[in-house]
Parts: sequence; C-alpha cells; structure tokens
Amino acid sequence: MSVDLEPVIDSLKNEFPQDILNIKEYRGETTLLVSKEQISKICAYLKDELNFTFLADLTAVDYLEVKSPRYEVVYHIHRFGPECEENIRIRLKAELSEDDIKIDSVTPVWSGADWLEREVYDMFGIEFTGHPDLRRILMPEDYGPFPLRKDFDVRNREASKRSFEKALEEGAD
Amino acid sequence: MERVEFISEEAIVNEDGTRTETMMLNMGPQHPATHGVLRIVLHLDGEIVVKAVPYIGYLHRGIEKLCEHITYQQCIPYTDRMDYIASICSNIGYILAVEKLLGIEDEIPERAKIAEVILFELGRIESHLIGIGTHALDLGAMSAFLYCFKERERIYDILETVCGARLTTSYPRVGGLPLDLPENFEEIVRNFLKIFPKTLSEVESLLTRNRIWIERTKGVAVISAEDAVDLGLTGPALRGSGVPYDVRKATPYLGYENYDFEVPVAYEGDAYSRYLCRVEEMHQSLKIIQQAIDNLPDGPYIADLPDIVLPEKELTYTKMESLIRHFVIVYEGFKPPAGEIQHAVENPKGELSYYLISDGSGIPYRMRVRGPSFVNLQALSQMVEGSLVADVIASIGSLDIVLGEIDR
Repeated sequence: MSVDLEPVIDSLKNEFPQDILNIKEYRGETTLLVSKEQISKICAYLKDELNFTFLADLTAVDYLEVKSPRYEVVYHIHRFGPECEENIRIRLKAELSEDDIKIDSVTPVWSGADWLEREVYDMFGIEFTGHPDLRRILMPEDYGPFPLRKDFDVRNREASKRSFEKALEEGAD
Repeated sequence: MERVEFISEEAIVNEDGTRTETMMLNMGPQHPATHGVLRIVLHLDGEIVVKAVPYIGYLHRGIEKLCEHITYQQCIPYTDRMDYIASICSNIGYILAVEKLLGIEDEIPERAKIAEVILFELGRIESHLIGIGTHALDLGAMSAFLYCFKERERIYDILETVCGARLTTSYPRVGGLPLDLPENFEEIVRNFLKIFPKTLSEVESLLTRNRIWIERTKGVAVISAEDAVDLGLTGPALRGSGVPYDVRKATPYLGYENYDFEVPVAYEGDAYSRYLCRVEEMHQSLKIIQQAIDNLPDGPYIADLPDIVLPEKELTYTKMESLIRHFVIVYEGFKPPAGEIQHAVENPKGELSYYLISDGSGIPYRMRVRGPSFVNLQALSQMVEGSLVADVIASIGSLDIVLGEIDR
C-alpha cells in the first residue's frame, strides 16, 4: 500500500469501523470493499473530509455464477490536491445481490456521477436511489434487457427489432 | 427514446388568450456542428437557451460487450473505433493497461516505449488540430480549418509509413511494436518537426488575436474550476479552468517523467481558454517529440516474452515450436493472472482509463472504458444554459468531443 494511502484508510476505518469489509492490494492498486448501505456516506466523507474531489470512474461488474452476491458497483476515486501535487487513487466496491439491485446514488456528492450512473443503470439494470434523472442513456428508452449482464443473449435480436419497429411506426405518424 | 413534445406544458396563458412559452428546438443528430451524431433538445426563450438536454447513443456498438468475447489482442482494433480522431492514443492506452495486468511493464524495450511516446504525441497534435480546425469552421473561420487539415495529413502520412493505416491504426502490440520502425522514421518525424511549427504559428496568427474569434469564444461556455472538478472534466476542458491536472505528470507512464515539458493552464474557464490550452499543448508535444526522437535507441522493438508475444513470421514457417506457439497465442490468447487493474492515460481529450478484470483465461472478464468525451459532455448543459443559441455551437466545439468514444 502506498504511504499516502495509509492515513486515508486509517481514518476511514475510524469513521466507519463496521463498513470497511475488506482491503485488497493488487499491482499497486488498493481496493476497498464497503457495505452498500453506507456508500453515499463513505463517498461524502472521502470527498468532504479527505479531499477526494475527483470521481474518475464509476462502473459495475456482473459476476453471474462466479460469486455471490452477483453485482459489484466499482468507484474509482482520485485525489490530486488543489495544485495537483498529490496523486492518490483508491477503488471502492460495493456488492449487490440479485434480488435487491439498488444502491444509493453518489450524484449528490459528485455531479459527474450523473451520466456514469445512468450508464450503469442502462447496461446492468442497477437502480441508483436518489439519482435526479435515472433514464437509459446509450440504449433506446424502450429497450428491454440489460446488455452488459452476463446472461444477456448477444444473438437475440428481438429487443433491437422491437424498438426499431416502434421507432418506424412513430416516424410514420 | 421518449417523444419530445414541441409545445411546453408550462405555457402561461395571457389575458388576451395568447400563450407565452418556451420553444423546443431539436438540434442533431444529423447536424454538421455536433461533430458526430449528438442530439440536443434545446428549450429556448427567444434566443436564450433555458435548458439543453443532450441525447447520446446513436453510435453505440457495445464495444465493452464485444470485448468480453474475444482475446486481449483482438480487442485492439476496437479501441481504434472509439476515439477515431486519435486512434493511436486509444491503442497505446489499451496496450499499457494489458501490460499492467500482465505485470510486464518493466520488460518493454526502450525503443518501443520511446516510439510509443512519439506516436502518442503525434496523435495529440492530430486531435488538437481537428479540434481547433472544426471549432473554427463551426464559427465561420474556413482558412484555419484548411491549415489544420493540411498538417493533419502529414501526421497521417507518418502513421501510414509506420503502420500502413491512416485512421484505424491498431498499431502497437502487447509487449512492444509488431514490426520495427521503418528506416526513414527518424527522417520523416524530424521533417515534420521542422515544418509544423511554422503552420502552427500561422494557425495561431489566424485565430489567437482575431477579433471575431475572440468575441465568439471569450466568456462563452464558462465553467469554474470547482464545477469542472466536480463534473469530472479532464484534459483541456479541466486545464482551461485553471486546474493543472495531467495524467502524464500525475501518474507518469511510458517514461513521461523523463521528458521536460510543461502542463499548460489557462484560468478563465471559457472556450478561448480551452483553445489556448490546446495550442500550447501542441507546442509542448513538439518539445516531447524532439526529446524522444533524439533519444530513440536501436535495439529490440518487442519484449522477449514467448508466452505473450507472437514469434517472428519467418520462424513460424520453418520451426515447429514457433508454429505451435503462434497457434496457442492466436487461438487461446495469453492468460493474465486473475485480478483487476485500472490504467489511465492522458488522451488528447482528457483522461482515458481502462478497467480490466481477468479471470485467468485468455478473454477479458470485463473491459470498461472511461472515455474523456463521455464525461466531458456532461458539462454541456451547464455551459449553454442562459447563453445564446449560437453559443451552443461554440460550446460543443470547445469541448472537443468525439461521439465514437462517447457512445462506444
């Protein structure tokens, strides 16, 4: 673990003793598994108290038949300081089980999370409670399945066909 | 897609029965100034934009999904098709991410690294030329566009000499370069270094003090430093607001810590500041290329890693072992150990990062691309609300987005 990251993790552990579930190190990157109920509080704490002002990325992973709980929402958070003299990156993960795919939105913390969360919703069907405008972003609004789920059938063209035909009908009016 | 009603529900009915309401105007997806297939629904009060809602996804090809079904090497051509304006930069970003996943960063020969730096910076210049050229064209300055495209052609010629392709380069490989650089590489790069500063100063003289250009861009599409960080902007869009964040300085890759260059910053946060940043970045890229070409060593151009790198073509024809190796790498792919990494590079448009998860097989379990244009485009609504319709064009141009990477 990098020297800079130690105080960050210590203060997180102090503030949320119950909610830091696991810490992993791989290829110089630190991953924290946190409980999903506290995600927006942890993110707000990271931003306001520990100065992690920059949300680099927000995405999700589907671990169908690999592990349970099935989904992971992944946050890449970055602190570079006011003059960009620092460079601390941290990865947070929250696990979501299949029957409750809801997690608090972090858009109130970083407004840049808006489209990133919409994309995760679009691709995985994960709902972000408290998101101001949770609509599909890349796929058509009436497209049914969620493409980046592992059980999505790539060969099945039905959903695309349906939205295409609907668009044609609407265009004909 | 939801249906857009062209009559607003919030209309105010006046005493004489007339209605006062905002007008909705649909801009795009086929509009020459949206730089691709971007659609924006504008709510107008006269000429003032009250609200702007961007709709994206018209170019969605599901690259992240496609990459879950093919080997790591096969993903390389898909990375071209994201930021197709500087495809070499997306290629190199992906290659570096896979090399980090494999843990072979230290094995890459110096010649390959320095060649990649040169190509990366040429890609940056190319992207900024198009960014500035088309931005100027949108605002009516035809000549700057022609100068930019003339120079861009020279960069394409260099890329063509190096890898045979102009737009979709798919050039480097995991471990280094697929072929050694052509013999005249040094000569053509030095020639470019000689010619380009002149054209760049011509472009600058056409725009930087041009009164029309200044009036169309100064004070337009302003975004403060706090908002820029909060929205996650990167690249010239962030540095134009006074935040000197550059991945090349923050987390150096490809040995960027050894090069002497500055991170240009402008403080106004408007379209003009972003323009100034881009121009200065081109100067800095030239500086980097100059240092790199002076230090380009001879020697191996690809790492000596039999499990990852394809054997030489000649050997596959003559040696049994090489042929077997070739088949294994092509059919099964190399197998990174199970784990996950994220690697960020400073693409011309901002921070491009790849998040790769390996489950120990030859196919990525998940490949996530964080494209700078996707995140930067979020700022558009905030930039244009309260401004004139004509400034919407200036805002899109100054963000320098590429839809191939937004929609992926």
